[in-house]
Amino acid sequence: MRKLEVVRPGLFATVQDLGRPGLASIGVGRSGAADRRAFRLANRLVGNPEGHAAIEATLGGLTVRFAEHAVVAVTGAPCAITAGPRAAGMCAPIAVRPGDEISLGAPGNGLRSYLAVRGGVDVPPVLGSRATDTMACLGPAALTAGCVLPVGTPVRPQPPVDLAPQRAFPDELVLRVLPGPRLGWFADDALDALLSAPHRVTAEANRVGIRLDGPVLRRTRHDELPPEAGILGALQVPPSGHPILFLADHPVTGGYPVPAVVVEDDVDLAAQARPGQAIRFSAP
Amino acid sequence: MQVVPYGERAALVDLDDAGEVVGLRAALSASPLSGVDELVAGARTLLVRFDPARTSFDRVRAAVHDRESGTGPTPGGPSIVVPVSYDGADLAAVAEASGLSVPEVVRRHSAATYTVAFCGFAPGYGYLTGLDPRLHLPRRAAPRTRVPAGSVAIAGEYSAVYPHQSPGGWHLLGRTPLAVWDADREPPNLLSPGTRVEFRVRS
Repeated sequence: MRKLEVVRPGLFATVQDLGRPGLASIGVGRSGAADRRAFRLANRLVGNPEGHAAIEATLGGLTVRFAEHAVVAVTGAPCAITAGPRAAGMCAPIAVRPGDEISLGAPGNGLRSYLAVRGGVDVPPVLGSRATDTMACLGPAALTAGCVLPVGTPVRPQPPVDLAPQRAFPDELVLRVLPGPRLGWFADDALDALLSAPHRVTAEANRVGIRLDGPVLRRTRHDELPPEAGILGALQVPPSGHPILFLADHPVTGGYPVPAVVVEDDVDLAAQARPGQAIRFSAP
Repeated sequence: MQVVPYGERAALVDLDDAGEVVGLRAALSASPLSGVDELVAGARTLLVRFDPARTSFDRVRAAVHDRESGTGPTPGGPSIVVPVSYDGADLAAVAEASGLSVPEVVRRHSAATYTVAFCGFAPGYGYLTGLDPRLHLPRRAAPRTRVPAGSVAIAGEYSAVYPHQSPGGWHLLGRTPLAVWDADREPPNLLSPGTRVEFRVRS
């Protein structure tokens, strides 16, 4: 069996794929890679179908070791990479020799990097997916030092690509928003307040969501919202008036009103926001 | 009924009560709309997820309005019986708050027939409607950090069976040995929207 060994997981690393769509009615959210664009690119670079499982590393620090030849690629938050004794680049296939360790340094900006291996991480699927859902506690446990992950057999030829250019992450993220279903629960100026000034990403940021600190969104209806479905990118506003931006592991239903929703294309960017960083919202 | 957009690929339908949610969900499941790929019920809402390449919000809204007129009595879903040992930590408090005796709380809770209105909070956690109105109580002021799997509980207009050990703020009436969620079972859940549930006193 081909495999890789996790030498160091870094701050927090999990196995992810494209998640478990279509199970919300039994209380199971989609989960999957937080930055799906970067995740898909990593798979394409090693000739995998886009849904093969890969490793999502948070703030770098991940080291894995291979006993055999392998091909890997790292995408997402840009970091220094070493492959055995050599330096390697982001967004490019990396040939790994037997015994080599692949190490990801701390990214200069961005939060989540993806390490895909040709053949995919082949842990047993749960409800059709290998993703770790941190909210529902489904799928493989978070990676720890010494854990060994099976690697699957490649199903497609390695593509003849050297490098996939990637735009740099801006210091201030700008996310486009659409009006949400409960905008009417807020003061008339709520959307203006949301767009008026930057919101800072607090330390309470994980795969479930990002708690923001910035202009307060004033509610005019104060009754309790009966639980209703939430979606990826929803900005849910608890009584504090500071929104929580839902990411991949968001709860299936929520009890706070949603005045605005980040457009789907920009959720990947949101998943790269680091604590302390500023987010600005804009009209689409 | 009101239908509003929720992001680029979903419509949220506002309804008057849990029965309408169950009814519309059943109607849309029985004859699915083209381009609609998922229905997610809430307490008073139904989220209709669609593929914008195959349909549009306006078409979904129009189709949902059409279905509403056809929303009749709900067809019967699958039925399960949940055996309960009524020895929960909050039984006495529930009796006091509702002005009933403990045996009367047990009698009323186990006499009703429930329907899963929607799932949320955790995988397999079904919100069961049909609770006797005398047992409608607000959630506990201080949630517990650890509620054991199999706990049978009530809060607001709902009853539920905790599928996993988790934090929880509902009033605990008892416990069942029945695993409403088992990841090694196919399917893992016993409860999904529309499932009928009866609680039976374990002797």
